[in-house]
Amino acid sequence: MDKTVAVVGGGVAGLAAAAALNQLGYRVLLYEKEAFTGGNVRNWDRLFPKARNAREVVDELASSLTGLTEIATGTFVNSVKSTDGLFEIESSGRPAYADAVLLTTGFELFDARKKEEYGYGIFENVITSADLEKMFASSGKPLMADGSEPKKVAFIHCVGSRDEKVNKPYCSKVCCVTAVKQAVEVREALPECEVYNFYMDLRMFGTGYEQLYKEAQVKGVNFIRGRLSEANETRTHQVMIKAEDTLVSRPLQITVDLVVLMVGMSPAGSTMTILKSLGLLGNEDGFAGIANAHTGSTLTLKKGVFVAGACSGPANITDSVNEARAAALRIHQYLGGV
Amino acid sequence: MKYDPFVLPFISGMAFVLIVVIGKWTIWFKGLPFSDKKKFLNGLFSRKFIYASREVVSESMLHRKVFRSNFWLGYMHMSLAFGWFLLIVAGNLETRWYSHGTINPPWYPIFFEFFVHDLKELPYRRFFVFAMDFLLLFVLSGLFIAIYKRYRSGFVGMKKTTRQKTIDKLALTSLWMIFPLRLLAESFNAGLYDTGGFLTNTLGHYFARFLPLELLRYPAWLAYSIALGTFFVSMPFTRYMHILTEIFLIFLRRFGIREKQAHSTFTDVELNACSRCGICIDKCQLSSDLEINNIQPAYFLRDLRDRKPDLFKTETCLICGRCNTSCPVGIENTNIRLNERSIHQFFSANAYEYIGKQEVKNGKVAFFAGCMGHLNPLTIKAMLTLFEKAGVEFTFVDENGSICCGRPLKLSGNFMAAGNLVAKNKDLIRESKAEILVTTCPICYKMFRDDYRLDIPVYHHSEYLLKLVEENKLDPGFSPSTVVFHDPCDLGRGSGIYEQPRRLIARSYSLVEADHKKKDSLCCGGSLGITALSGENRKTLTEATIASLTLNHPEIIATACPLCKKTFAGQADVRVADIAELLLEAVDHKPADHKATSVAMHKPADCLEEVEI
Ligand SMILES: Cc1cc2nc3c(=O)[nH]c(=O)nc-3n(C[C@H](O)[C@H](O)[C@H](O)COP(=O)(O)OP(=O)(O)OC[C@H]3O[C@@H](n4cnc5c(N)ncnc54)[C@H](O)[C@@H]3O)c2cc1C
Ligand code: SF4
Ligand code: SF4
Ligand code: SF4
Repeated sequence: MDKTVAVVGGGVAGLAAAAALNQLGYRVLLYEKEAFTGGNVRNWDRLFPKARNAREVVDELASSLTGLTEIATGTFVNSVKSTDGLFEIESSGRPAYADAVLLTTGFELFDARKKEEYGYGIFENVITSADLEKMFASSGKPLMADGSEPKKVAFIHCVGSRDEKVNKPYCSKVCCVTAVKQAVEVREALPECEVYNFYMDLRMFGTGYEQLYKEAQVKGVNFIRGRLSEANETRTHQVMIKAEDTLVSRPLQITVDLVVLMVGMSPAGSTMTILKSLGLLGNEDGFAGIANAHTGSTLTLKKGVFVAGACSGPANITDSVNEARAAALRIHQYLGGV
Repeated sequence: MKYDPFVLPFISGMAFVLIVVIGKWTIWFKGLPFSDKKKFLNGLFSRKFIYASREVVSESMLHRKVFRSNFWLGYMHMSLAFGWFLLIVAGNLETRWYSHGTINPPWYPIFFEFFVHDLKELPYRRFFVFAMDFLLLFVLSGLFIAIYKRYRSGFVGMKKTTRQKTIDKLALTSLWMIFPLRLLAESFNAGLYDTGGFLTNTLGHYFARFLPLELLRYPAWLAYSIALGTFFVSMPFTRYMHILTEIFLIFLRRFGIREKQAHSTFTDVELNACSRCGICIDKCQLSSDLEINNIQPAYFLRDLRDRKPDLFKTETCLICGRCNTSCPVGIENTNIRLNERSIHQFFSANAYEYIGKQEVKNGKVAFFAGCMGHLNPLTIKAMLTLFEKAGVEFTFVDENGSICCGRPLKLSGNFMAAGNLVAKNKDLIRESKAEILVTTCPICYKMFRDDYRLDIPVYHHSEYLLKLVEENKLDPGFSPSTVVFHDPCDLGRGSGIYEQPRRLIARSYSLVEADHKKKDSLCCGGSLGITALSGENRKTLTEATIASLTLNHPEIIATACPLCKKTFAGQADVRVADIAELLLEAVDHKPADHKATSVAMHKPADCLEEVEI
């Protein structure tokens, strides 16, 4: 069999799909715009629900690729043209052709500066969940801008999610459990540090997530139901935040050393461009549109074009990898292998 | 012979409308508050009277402002109003001339040619005959456009034309009939007695060839008289009352009388002065972008005039003011709407009593960021840095959180509750001992300026920063970036500030303009004036406004309003920044750097332990 599948995006979804396609005997062209594969997961430290090392997951997926996969790192896919069932991939590298295309372009972090009232990029002790992952990876604990250890940390849920005002009405799914995980990690790394989580409601949808939430409560994390209204910097560079505790219907004001914004998942910029070049549309949130929600989550409305992972909407690693493998099977069907 | 029974419909109609108008003017005048009455009487004997008379000519007759909206629409209004007026004047002159100055009965000039068949005795006969025909043609041409507009409103630059009630239709039909009937009557006359000019004589002789003019003459004059009478009688009950009310309104306004914080008979004058021209319907974004077509002043004012206010219409309005600036009659639409809203105040008189006393430091310049301002820390930071760089001795009045300026409450009609907040902020401002007040928020600015009665001057930061730059206290450099300025509703139309922010930007950036700019600028969609608008609809408005702003592909959308900034930032693909941020970047001679070093705050915020406020 001499068929080629182009996989656009070398995150966990792209890696898992390529490996599965290899096992089914297909040649794979795996495009990744960054210098390394692994996608967003490369930037995480320990993963929910069981604190597994993120690198380990990426390495495991990458090592199951065979010689049938040609990885083009540092190569940005601009558009895909389809002519008579053949797909021409236009990228920053040399042009190539494939018999099927799988989009695994993933997501981009919401730009927290768009939520200016939370002070990201303005107040030095306001960071994002992604910044905190980097801190855990490099120093094992959260640190303030001046290098000292915080005594009070606040996690703000739903930053750039479930927010009409920034045009992101959807839930990003993984940030609640990420916040709970990171809160536990802070309590473990700095037992003296008080931790507050400001949430709208807690969406603990996956196996083991609810247990993680219980664990956080046992470990003394304070959960406050209420959305932040604004943040202000004090002269000592602490951050004073204002919110409403909606459980007791009272406005409250608290000054903390470090604010962590749980930034949501936004559609990757190139997802829409590539879809458009194929004559396809995105869904109402700007992610890739799928054929149907129940039995066609890896199919698009165009034959030969498939999607998997976070490019069609917020997803955790488990779902991204499962979808990628399901997509491989769908591609196999399409190319006449079954 | 100067009388015939056929003039009776005209006479009775005319007498009726005169009595009604004089009665109405009297009632309106009597209903004015004492201070306004005084203004009126003083105005009668001042130069304002001359200005008002001039305005009556230019607006009620020539319709200058309507011309500005669209040439053909202006021409239509002018030919009908001014043309008719000239016809009456010329007719009067003609008859006076003919009867050597004797005073004639009022119908005589109107029906002159019915009574006089031999015009040889009329001096300058050729001139008069020509003039009368010419003016009639002039009016008829306007009428032609009016009829055409009913069916093809796009021709006069309008997408929507106002919907009519039955009595309106009666008035409209009689109005439309007047001039064609006059043409017929005069032509028949001319066909028989050669009394006409180039138009009526030609037509008359043509008709004479196949029509029994002798028989038709009388009915034609009678029909003309009936059309006039019907129109006059219907006037007080229809929008045509506007013709006689607008004149009164112009005088009242020129004498300094305005809408107050409650309906008065001045409001009645305004309601009656609306011609329902429909210009406001086209200008309203709720109509052009959201297909909400029944809330615009044309309808809202009509409902009020008919004493049938509709809560939905009252509430559904951005208070963007586009209808105010485009209204050729100059009706204070948004103020009337707010007063109407205030009839349904939700808050009690002692609302907000729980807000405790706040501390405030002294300074020469009081800086007020406002609630919305606090959602834009970059702007605040830029202002504080600029103050320090310019060596301004300032105090940040609402550093620890704002007490709302009260305008959102005012916009919702809760004037009393707003008043409580006004009092609290006034105390703070007074205590700061500041000599001037500066705010970055046009909403607060308008409230401070119009409702606070402060004894210190109030500046919007666009004015104040420009002043600092012009006094060389700040020295901005140049940037190649292209910037478009968005006029916030409350700053532009609301407060008349259009040039200062542009001048400030143009010093350092290349300024490009939007599709809709200045008076014609669009609302960002974030309006506080409306609570009954879905997020989806707001998004649609914002999209349209961003499209207008990005017409010339600017790199940056500059705003001078924290609410506009937030609204755009959520949706725009280009950078959105406040003019203060842009000025600071220009002063620092460097492009945007979001990790700018923090300023030492003027006053430390208290580090509170989880306090309930
Ligand atoms: C803060 C945070 C913490 C998280 N922690 C966990 C966790 O602990 N456990 C868990 O299960 N999930 C976690 N997630 C979710 C997890 O990151 C996603 O499920 C996962 O990244 C989805 O993988 P993906 O391959 O679909 O997309 P991505 O990881 O986004 O990969 C997409 C790849 O495509 C590349 N790409 C995009 N466009 C192009 C183009 N045009 N040309 C070439 N290459 C392109 C990108 O460079 C990227 O490498 C977390 C998410 C966040 C935000
Ligand atoms: S997962 Fe939680 S934090 Fe993330 S968007 Fe949904 S509700 Fe908000
Ligand atoms: S409010 Fe003004 S613009 Fe609107 S219909 Fe009346 S006169 Fe015309
Ligand atoms: S204020 Fe604005 S929204 Fe309201 S009627 Fe006038 S134009 Fe329309």
